[in-house]
Amino acid sequence: MSSILIAVVLLATLAIIFGAILGFAAVRFKVEGNPIVDQIDDLLPQTQCGQCSYPGCKPYAEAIAAGEKINKCPPGGESTIIALADLLGVEPEPLDAEHGAEKDVPMVAIIREDECIGCTKCIQACPIDAIMGAAKQMHTVITDECTGCDLCVEPCPVDCIDMVPIETTLQNWHWDKPKNLIEMINIADTADQNVYKEVH
Amino acid sequence: MQPISLHTFEGGIHPPENKHQSTQTPIASLPIPPQLIVPVGQHIGAPAEVIIKVGDKVAKGQLIAKPKGFISAAVHAPTSGTITAIELRELPHSSRLEGLCVIIDSDGEDRWLDEIANGSHNIENYLETENTWLIQRIRDCGITGLGGAGFPTSVKMSVENRGIETLVINAAECEPYITADDSLMRERALDVIYGIQIMLKLTAAKDCLIGIEDNKPEAISALKAALKSIHAEQRIAVVTIPTKYPSGGERQLIKILTGKEVPSDGIPADIGIVCQNVGTCAAVYQAIAFGKPLVSRITTITGESINNPQNVEVLIGTPIKHLLEFAGFKQEKSLFQKLINSKVPAKPRIIMGGPMMGFTLSSDELPILKSSNCILAPSQKELPANDVASACIRCGLCTEACPVELLPQQLYWFSKAGEFDKAEQHNIADCIECGACSYVCPSQIPLVQYYRYAKGEIKEERVAQEKSNRSKIRYEARQDRLDREAAEKEAKRQARAAAAEKAQAAKKAQAAKAALAEASSSVIDSSKVDGTAVEVKQAEPVNLEDLQQKLDAAQAGLKKSMDKIAEIKADESSTQDLAVFEKAVANRRDKVKALALQLAEAKKSAPPAQQDMSADGRASLEKKIRAQQDRLAKTQERVDLAKEQGLESLPALQKGLDKQMQKLKELKDELAQFEQAAL
Amino acid sequence: MAINSAGFVNITSPHAHGGNTTSRIMMTVILATIPGVAALTYFFGWGTLINIVLASVTALSCEALILKMRKRPVGFILKDNSALLTAVLLGIALPPLAPWWVTVVAVSFSMVFAKHLYGGLGNNPFNPAMVGYALVLISFPVQMTTTWAVPFFLSDGQTISFSDSLNVIFSNSAAVATTLSDAYSGATPLDTYKHLASNQTALEIMQQPLFANDTQGGSASNWFAGGWEFVNIAFLIGGLALLALRIFTWHIPLSLLAALGTCSLVFGWDADMYVPWSLHIFTGATMMGAFFIATDPVSASTTPLGKIIYGAGIGILIFVIRTWGAYPDAVAFAVLLMNFAAPFIDTYTQPRTYGHVKAKRGMPAKPDANKDADKNVDHKEG
Repeated sequence: MSSILIAVVLLATLAIIFGAILGFAAVRFKVEGNPIVDQIDDLLPQTQCGQCSYPGCKPYAEAIAAGEKINKCPPGGESTIIALADLLGVEPEPLDAEHGAEKDVPMVAIIREDECIGCTKCIQACPIDAIMGAAKQMHTVITDECTGCDLCVEPCPVDCIDMVPIETTLQNWHWDKPKNLIEMINIADTADQNVYKEVH
Repeated sequence: MQPISLHTFEGGIHPPENKHQSTQTPIASLPIPPQLIVPVGQHIGAPAEVIIKVGDKVAKGQLIAKPKGFISAAVHAPTSGTITAIELRELPHSSRLEGLCVIIDSDGEDRWLDEIANGSHNIENYLETENTWLIQRIRDCGITGLGGAGFPTSVKMSVENRGIETLVINAAECEPYITADDSLMRERALDVIYGIQIMLKLTAAKDCLIGIEDNKPEAISALKAALKSIHAEQRIAVVTIPTKYPSGGERQLIKILTGKEVPSDGIPADIGIVCQNVGTCAAVYQAIAFGKPLVSRITTITGESINNPQNVEVLIGTPIKHLLEFAGFKQEKSLFQKLINSKVPAKPRIIMGGPMMGFTLSSDELPILKSSNCILAPSQKELPANDVASACIRCGLCTEACPVELLPQQLYWFSKAGEFDKAEQHNIADCIECGACSYVCPSQIPLVQYYRYAKGEIKEERVAQEKSNRSKIRYEARQDRLDREAAEKEAKRQARAAAAEKAQAAKKAQAAKAALAEASSSVIDSSKVDGTAVEVKQAEPVNLEDLQQKLDAAQAGLKKSMDKIAEIKADESSTQDLAVFEKAVANRRDKVKALALQLAEAKKSAPPAQQDMSADGRASLEKKIRAQQDRLAKTQERVDLAKEQGLESLPALQKGLDKQMQKLKELKDELAQFEQAAL
Repeated sequence: MAINSAGFVNITSPHAHGGNTTSRIMMTVILATIPGVAALTYFFGWGTLINIVLASVTALSCEALILKMRKRPVGFILKDNSALLTAVLLGIALPPLAPWWVTVVAVSFSMVFAKHLYGGLGNNPFNPAMVGYALVLISFPVQMTTTWAVPFFLSDGQTISFSDSLNVIFSNSAAVATTLSDAYSGATPLDTYKHLASNQTALEIMQQPLFANDTQGGSASNWFAGGWEFVNIAFLIGGLALLALRIFTWHIPLSLLAALGTCSLVFGWDADMYVPWSLHIFTGATMMGAFFIATDPVSASTTPLGKIIYGAGIGILIFVIRTWGAYPDAVAFAVLLMNFAAPFIDTYTQPRTYGHVKAKRGMPAKPDANKDADKNVDHKEG
């Protein structure tokens, strides 16, 4: 009987001691980190496109922090979902098709300037103020700032905004990823042998 | 000078040198090709700005594009002739993208610019001349690094105050096949030494080390003889280094000669060293002493598909087909074609640069650049295209070969899997893309391409991250602005509401008073009414603009209603009540008439605003024009819509449009007159 | 790698290649086992060769089958000789008189589970040969520990004949196998020494025929075990040849042998209690392990410093398991345990890159958007 008592007392004492140490450590060595909303916001692509049905990236980040799904951001695509899953310690999910598909190439908006009537509708729609112009003046997109969110296309009354892929220049061109064995075999299967010879 | 103790770098490989083929004959001169293609962006930095136009006649050495920005280089006409086009052409670059090129049809005279031809640009005492003048001349002559990267030399030479101790001259020429620098040193050693003397003066370096691989004994002795002949051995030393690829890499050569390492994120000047290619030295001498811009260079043409491998002095911009023709290019059949006995010629593989770092060209129309040191046309047997890559077995041969002590196999796995953060952690940015890893790889994996891909992706990611950070800031700024605006609007609204309430109260009080007055006196004082009218008139000038606005609004409303009527009329099936609209139009017309009358009166009574309040008048005019423009645009819209839907109201609308245009024109004329008057 | 319209080939640099191939490397390693295999055959009979042939046939058919199932080009990948090498190493490692099904199970397991289920050559975290070996060692301990052939001088001066070897290996009848194998097989020297050391002195143990009856007639001062030292020396020769051909670097074998030697010297001073160092180094699978198993690049550490740690780890583990573990030889387990550690070792042993003051080590820091932006800007020119 007494041995049981000793064991219980001993364990309880240990529990108290270690609990105290842990509690102290938690306070003493507290890691000052970004609030989770900011961390999530950092991972989002900041296109502010609203495709997630929230009015911007920050609101979506807040929603995620409050338990919203992480797969509603088409511009971020798979890599953002994986990064979010990594951060939040949840399973990555496939992109929710309801909110749109991931684009293959980054796009920017271009205003066909001779057709612009200066209605400022697109200026009001742009979430990051990347369109310049005043009422009844021709508008233009600051291409470097445009996130390609599409939000200006729909409001334009004369439909003079095009979404175009970002142009490849000598500055941003780089080699493609080399084809691996399987891709090469697929090429060989689909094309004739001559093409296969040339590819490598 | 002190005897130099050599160091070494880790790794490196010893590929077959294959240099003897092209050094059998002296440097030849290529006949002037009928047409030259001169890209204006041949260097690192901003492309030069074209300053001539199509149809211009140019002399050899004439400036055709001037540098734009600090890191940029001038471009000169390589021969005399006529500019026939300034257009986008494909550049000799792995990307096969296009760039702006000046096309020159040569006249065959190869006539130098007069100043250069008559020697008035020559200077003798250049070693006593100001550095700034010398650097400006180097810049004017468009000298860029001839070793491969093409960095503007004037920029690299502007290091006078950075405490440069050693000038390193890169004569290693470590890549197989290439002998352009070798032949230059053999035949023009003095030019090189004179150039070095200029660079020593410019950089204020204490001494100069010429690093040259021991597989070039003729060049070494030529350099030494030249040094001796002008007694320059004091500060300039020819250092023979063991042959090993890539000892000609800038950072590797510096390590070999000085034992120092250039910091990963720095440049050689950070450790007191400036490194220049030996060809650049000769070009600098030609520029400084004779004012000759960089219009030609020595290029090696070699490979088993070339009948007469040799070094050729070739004009910048020469399409390589002339070079291939000159040296005798023989088409080769691929194994596959031999098997099926195909009539189609094999795909030629022409490499610009050496076998380790060069790139394949997409056609033989591409021009020679300032940095093109070699054209290599190998046979299939000589440099077989890589086999299909098999699996990486982490054998570590690449680690042993890497000259910058990376772990290429790890980088490969990271690049392949897209784990770019890990690739960065493994210093992928320090990779010099020398190709030693791919050379030794038993699995024939295109490692360098993986690294190039990964580097590009990392750069892209970084740009995207920066952009996203900016977007965030802009978004937040916009949110703030919208909030502020909303708050301001709200405050204004409240202020207005308060004012309205007050006015209402005052009016009520007035009404009560009036009623009281009426009650007290049944007689209406007519003069009082007149008085108020006068008062109103006096207040008029201030309200002129308001009135005009009201009128405009009313006119717009009228127009709208009329349009609506036209629409209803046009659309037979419409069940909308026409009468309602007609009535509205009548009402509005009345209103417009009344307003117009009022305005006319107000204007008459008001002092002529145009002279007195010229600024106000002008503003209102401009406003009018803008309003008109807007209206015009709207009408245009409607016309477009009508056109699209094929409405019957089109002619009417068109007429309206014309009228509005007319009005706009009138207004503009008025503005012009007004402005004239103001002057 | 686009096919361009102008009809000129576009491939990335470098255009020159040294001509080395994976299949050549694999074949070189296979050829380098010849001295060792010859010694094994000389001392222990035909068993090893039969094992190798059996293992090779099994490995190639397994690989072909699974490549077919994975829809990979069978001919192209079979040509790389990697399956053959695994088979040869397993054939050498398995006891010469092990029943045929032990070999087949070991080889097919190593091919299917240890290699292809991880993605094939280059992707396997563990040495396939050793995975197969460990499986049968744990699953069939009797067959694995009692079927080592004894050297010829313990069986009337002749090894088991070829037909008898076949009989032992392929016989379905347990009786035949037992009779024959009783005559020709026994425990290995390491096993024997370890068991006898509990109640005999070193001198007494050395009187055992296994140790004393060496080719020279043997004496108590001979600290080697009959035949085994020659087998190990033969593998050492093969290994040195590979080293000279730069198939692998010195790091792993040297650190492995150094660690094993040091441990056994420190503890082995008392030969009455522990196995002396000479037996550690020159019996069992030590040399074969050091030069042919531990150097398998796919599953080993890849950084220069990492290789040294990896090799030393194997050496220490071999000693620990041999001395205090239940198994007489320990190369397989030691290698597999260090295979686990290899990625971790690699992470913390990055070499210092040119132009860096210090080596970057460890995992990449979690990206901090604000701090990261200005870092790593490429200042390079030229």
